[in-house]
Amino acid sequence: MTVLLETSRLIRRYGGVTAVDGVDFTLNEGELRCLIGPNGAGKSTFFKMLCGLVPPSSGAIKIRNDDVTGMRPHEIASRGVGIKTQVPSLFDGLTVRESVEVAAMRRLTPSAACDIADETLGHLNLKGIANRIVGQLSHGQRQWTELAMVLSTDPKIVLLDEPVAGMTHDEVNRTEDLLKHINTTRTVIVVEHDMQFVKRIATKVTVFHHGRILIEDDVDRVLADSRVRDVYLGKSGLRYA
Amino acid sequence: MRALQSHVTTIGTLVAGIVLVGIVPFAVAPFTLADLTLYAAMAILAMSLGFIWGFGGILSFGQSVFFGVGGYTYAIVALNFDSPSLALLAAIAVAVTGALLLGYFIFWGRLSDVYLAVITLTISLIFFMLMNSMSSSIYRIGDVPIGGYNGIPGIPPLVVPGTDRSLSVAETYVLVVTVALLVYLGLSWLIRTKFGRILCSIKENEVRAELLGYDARLYKLAAFAVGAAIAGMAGALFAVYSGLINPDVFGIGFSAQIIVWVMLGGLGTLIGPALGAVLIQMLVVWLGKVQVIDANMALGVLFIVAVLLVPAGLVPRLQGLLAVAFGNLARSRP
Ligand SMILES: Nc1ncnc2c1ncn2[C@@H]1O[C@H](COP(=O)(O)OP(=O)(O)OP(=O)(O)O)[C@@H](O)[C@H]1O
Ligand SMILES: [Mg+2]
Repeated sequence: MTVLLETSRLIRRYGGVTAVDGVDFTLNEGELRCLIGPNGAGKSTFFKMLCGLVPPSSGAIKIRNDDVTGMRPHEIASRGVGIKTQVPSLFDGLTVRESVEVAAMRRLTPSAACDIADETLGHLNLKGIANRIVGQLSHGQRQWTELAMVLSTDPKIVLLDEPVAGMTHDEVNRTEDLLKHINTTRTVIVVEHDMQFVKRIATKVTVFHHGRILIEDDVDRVLADSRVRDVYLGKSGLRYA
Repeated sequence: MRALQSHVTTIGTLVAGIVLVGIVPFAVAPFTLADLTLYAAMAILAMSLGFIWGFGGILSFGQSVFFGVGGYTYAIVALNFDSPSLALLAAIAVAVTGALLLGYFIFWGRLSDVYLAVITLTISLIFFMLMNSMSSSIYRIGDVPIGGYNGIPGIPPLVVPGTDRSLSVAETYVLVVTVALLVYLGLSWLIRTKFGRILCSIKENEVRAELLGYDARLYKLAAFAVGAAIAGMAGALFAVYSGLINPDVFGIGFSAQIIVWVMLGGLGTLIGPALGAVLIQMLVVWLGKVQVIDANMALGVLFIVAVLLVPAGLVPRLQGLLAVAFGNLARSRP
């Protein structure tokens, strides 16, 4: 198994707060990993360091033995990392189709990007809203639009920060199928609060707590672990069914 | 849809070209042609800001600096080397060089949009004071004194390339109008290219564009340089038109006026800023003739009224009305 992504002693401080506190994380090619942990555990900060939005205070990030620590987002993106951020980050003034085309244009000519956009929009069932202005879409539609943009850049590693938050039951089901499909060709990390969803998609789960990795194991063992239950006790973010 | 808009743009420009170049020079007096030349030069300047601001999200108070630098460069090179064509190229080259340097500091320094506006404004003020203070005859470049607040007079007109024959008033008019139309066509094309579409996405959301793999700084720098090239050329054409360039081009009133043109005409279009420039220049010329109210005061009032009544600008408003009239035939774009 080849290691695709590796962090060592990764730390990020915000003033007095240490959001991520010495994370050693390894991700193999082809995995679909879930990242869970209570609010404020440092999951999003970890993601932001992986994609270059936030520079680490210390530590290192490697993608396929290529040290990307401190690189800017566009450099890391061109090394095959795509991210769907927790708060959707979109081109509100463009249409869905235009957004996806612009994303695909990084590696393609405009006409080839047009074809890829068609394909991606069809695949994600977004053809019906292709000509709508992104700023006017519902929350679920925005999440999917962002996903379409990320996928059309053809990333090797896909980072998804709470992809089903605010989605309807049907949308969650479709996202589940989609994630599994994405994972057939790409390596995926998903941050998710919904434990039912985690159970449905993941095999291996990493639990963050106070900026550290509390436990990392198979999904069933993690969900049965008493430490995990303690961490989550009384936390509203967790929804055991 | 995009192809349709592109055709409308091309055909509209052709028609405008036929009227402005083929008919107007024979139908109006040379005096009026000179006025029209000025409007066309200002329209070029307006489009340069309309482009970087409306499509690159770069609000610069510095377009007048590139305009002024272009005008001064044209004057100095044309008078020193007796070669107006070389001077025109030099004007563009100097403006672009300045933009690349300034843009590098601004975009690589990760300055926020507000700072960009403040810095460009400050730079135009520095130029204003610097040029005003250079009135002693020791300040000269080659044989040409900078002239302080009097500026540089006696700027030669353009010549027919390869000859010594100066362009007439009508020929200069035709040239400047043609350049304006070409700038319009060129920028309309640029906006539809891959570069232009990525630039627009950066304007929408710089972080997202970076996360998709685009180096936003490079795109903004390139757009800034294109805008400066056009502004510098407009400045040179202005110097040709007026035969005189003085530090007023670096004044705060002028740099603010350009922003008013763009906002009044419509941010996010190219024709809007051009139209805004022409309308306001006409108004300024007319106010100068009737002498009832200070032009800057009138502009201020006009601006406030316009922002309240048509906040999106004239052209987008018209496009909106047309779109409704034609049953939403086309989504409005440049
Ligand atoms: N820009 C910032 N400035 C200051 N503190 C921050 C910043 N971003 C995050 N933090 C702090 O870092 C800690 C980790 O935040 P982070 O957003 O990474 O948590 P999270 O695990 O994603 O939480 P959630 O499940 O609520 O999304 C929190 O205490 C948060 O307040
Ligand atoms: Mg988070």
